[in-house]
Amino acid sequence: MTAPPPLPFPDSAVPTVRPASLAELFMAFNWMALQGFGGVLTVVQREVVERRRWLAPEEFIEEWAVAQVMPGPNVINLGLMLGDRFFGWRGAVTALLGLLTVPLVLVMCLGLVYGRFQDNAQVAGALRGMSAVAAGMIMATALKLLPALRRHPLGVPFCIGIAIASFVAIALVRVPLLAVLLLVGGLSCWLTWRKLLP
Amino acid sequence: MNAGLAWSDWLGLLGQFMLLSVMSVSGAIGTVPDMHRYLVDRHHWLSDIQFNACVTIAQSSPGPNTLFVALMGWNVGLNAGGGLAAGPSAWLLGLLGLLITMVGILLPSSLITYNAARWGQRNRHRRSVRAFKQGMAPLVVGLLLATGWILVRNGADPLRPWGVWIVAGLSALLVWRTRIHLLWLLGAGALAGAFGLV
Repeated sequence: MTAPPPLPFPDSAVPTVRPASLAELFMAFNWMALQGFGGVLTVVQREVVERRRWLAPEEFIEEWAVAQVMPGPNVINLGLMLGDRFFGWRGAVTALLGLLTVPLVLVMCLGLVYGRFQDNAQVAGALRGMSAVAAGMIMATALKLLPALRRHPLGVPFCIGIAIASFVAIALVRVPLLAVLLLVGGLSCWLTWRKLLP
Repeated sequence: MNAGLAWSDWLGLLGQFMLLSVMSVSGAIGTVPDMHRYLVDRHHWLSDIQFNACVTIAQSSPGPNTLFVALMGWNVGLNAGGGLAAGPSAWLLGLLGLLITMVGILLPSSLITYNAARWGQRNRHRRSVRAFKQGMAPLVVGLLLATGWILVRNGADPLRPWGVWIVAGLSALLVWRTRIHLLWLLGAGALAGAFGLV
């Protein structure tokens, strides 16, 4: 790719930039992975959208949707897609290695020392506290993505209805994800398709 | 535990994880029940305790949650070689197991995502591609909220379930409304947990 791709939403307000080099891409994803306890998404949204401005919020939510629907870990999928978008397959591999290399070493070290501390109540409590914070971060990310729906073809109230329906189905009714993606997602895509000009 | 794995066993392990990779629409964590059936129930390559520890350690370590798969492969290899104390030959088998499970869980899904995302990027002006991406966007918000919700609920201490909800709610509010660094929040959560507040 020679030029940055145009924004899929019309007249998005946020100008975006590209990473300067593969090294910057690697370090960025490495840094994001190391900050992400119990999931990397919150950090990715902060770094990619708010700090580095590689993607506009509207682009981020769309790319995330694709990363979520594709098989494989969401954050890794997003890394592959972003890396490819900026540097082709070399970028995809670089982002993947950036996300995995150092955290893999860390998790192996943790695994090796785990046996010594697994029965310590304070360690278990600290892990519980950290995972609660991490869960809150994921919910905050959802709230931060809401403004990206302002220009959505279906309108804001309908979008919120879809969001609530999928939340209830997954979190409260425990419907399998695949069914929600096919039914709620299919309906939403079909309605959007009808609203978009051919 | 068993002693030694035949080449056909390693190939079977690779094939099983490649199959799971294709099915891991909600990320590798969604295939954990299937992994348990294969590694623990069917082949007895891991004990129940080892299996749960792999998931827990990866959740409490920075980086993509998928790394629990690496720990599983490492432990399968270690067990085959006679355990950590058996020396370098067991460690090598551990590394082999790690490599097999990680390649298995990542390669198929990454190839699918990479090619699908490229196709989508080339055809991003098509009405169907735009409808799919924009139609899925509101769903993403609901799915993220649901992920956070489930993490909080699963992490709750049965004796004091409200503790984690308060911490998660505060964390969500702070990340949503401020630009506070995420590591401060995780540190505060760890302290609160270590002192028995959650």
